[in-house]
Amino acid sequence: MSCEKISNALIAYLDGRASGDERFVVEAHLKLCAACQERAEEFRRLWNVMAEVPSVEPSPAFDARLRQRIADAPKPKFWGWMIPAPRFALALALLVALSVWVGGRQPRSVNPQNTAANSEEQFRMIKDLGVLENYDVLSNFDALSDLPASAQPAQDQQQKPPSDAPGSGSGA
Amino acid sequence: MARSDVQLMLDVKAGDELSFELLLHKYRKPLVNFLCRMVRDQAVAEDLAQEVFFRVYRARKEYSPSAKFTTWLFRIATNLALNAIRDGRYRQMQISIDAPAAEDEPAFQLPSREARADDKLIERERNQMIRGAILTLPEKQRVAVVLHKYHDMDYAEIGKILGCSESALKSLLFRAYETLRVQLALLVARPAAQTAGEGKRHEL
Repeated sequence: MSCEKISNALIAYLDGRASGDERFVVEAHLKLCAACQERAEEFRRLWNVMAEVPSVEPSPAFDARLRQRIADAPKPKFWGWMIPAPRFALALALLVALSVWVGGRQPRSVNPQNTAANSEEQFRMIKDLGVLENYDVLSNFDALSDLPASAQPAQDQQQKPPSDAPGSGSGA
Repeated sequence: MARSDVQLMLDVKAGDELSFELLLHKYRKPLVNFLCRMVRDQAVAEDLAQEVFFRVYRARKEYSPSAKFTTWLFRIATNLALNAIRDGRYRQMQISIDAPAAEDEPAFQLPSREARADDKLIERERNQMIRGAILTLPEKQRVAVVLHKYHDMDYAEIGKILGCSESALKSLLFRAYETLRVQLALLVARPAAQTAGEGKRHEL
């Protein structure tokens, strides 16, 4: 087995946690490879050197500080359940805001009386729709405005009621 | 019969404050040491350890024993330490053995036991070198080495704390120790006398 392949098993071999198979493979390789043997020795020495570093003692006030911190912490409020799930709280708030916004865009609720009045008005508009369309066509009919002036009174007279045209046909 | 850590934590969940005191007493020192090796400064390490225990206490009601208590505890500590390092809130003083010294600064001298009279000073400098070398490791490698070497954790547990497989962890550890072996070569190298002796034996 190559040195590279042995490398991952080497640490487990040196700390005594390698399986039986791993140990066998590493030992076989170390017998043949002087470089890996040297490296294994250096790892052992490295661990001894690292063990020289002493551990530190926590300061005597450590426990008291922690107790004080716990005592000073604000007690959870009734919405405290939201604090561990801020994303959920935000999603909920957005959902409520969206509901309010969409609700505001809907038509106001209508009472039956208003509905009946609206329907009647709409019916009248539909009934007069033909007149309205004719009026629209005639008022925008350019050909009528181009007629000679003499023709216009005649046209006007035709449109006027009979009582308003005592001298009718004088221009004809 | 002594209660397990998980049982103690379940008792804390049930409102037993004394069980929390027992867990605090048991893990205060390992946790401060772990964090000290992660961020170097003891005061900072203690601040972070306070935060870890505070979070454990605050989360007691939601605690469910899905993993070993130490896995949970050290995962919180690891996340806090890594966040603190990344935030740059706690600037660590790192020693780079390879970095060139400033002109007015004396060149870094490797302390040798024979050359220095003051053993305490030598010891302190050696410790600083070792701590400094560990601090120069990439974050994940540093966590792996500290938990493996100083807390004697098994591969499965370190893997859970770091969120990686055992095989990936072994590779990570190998690379980390290889880096340390090179960085601390002068401390790790075989004593000259021993090497010379071996050479003479070969000659004979």
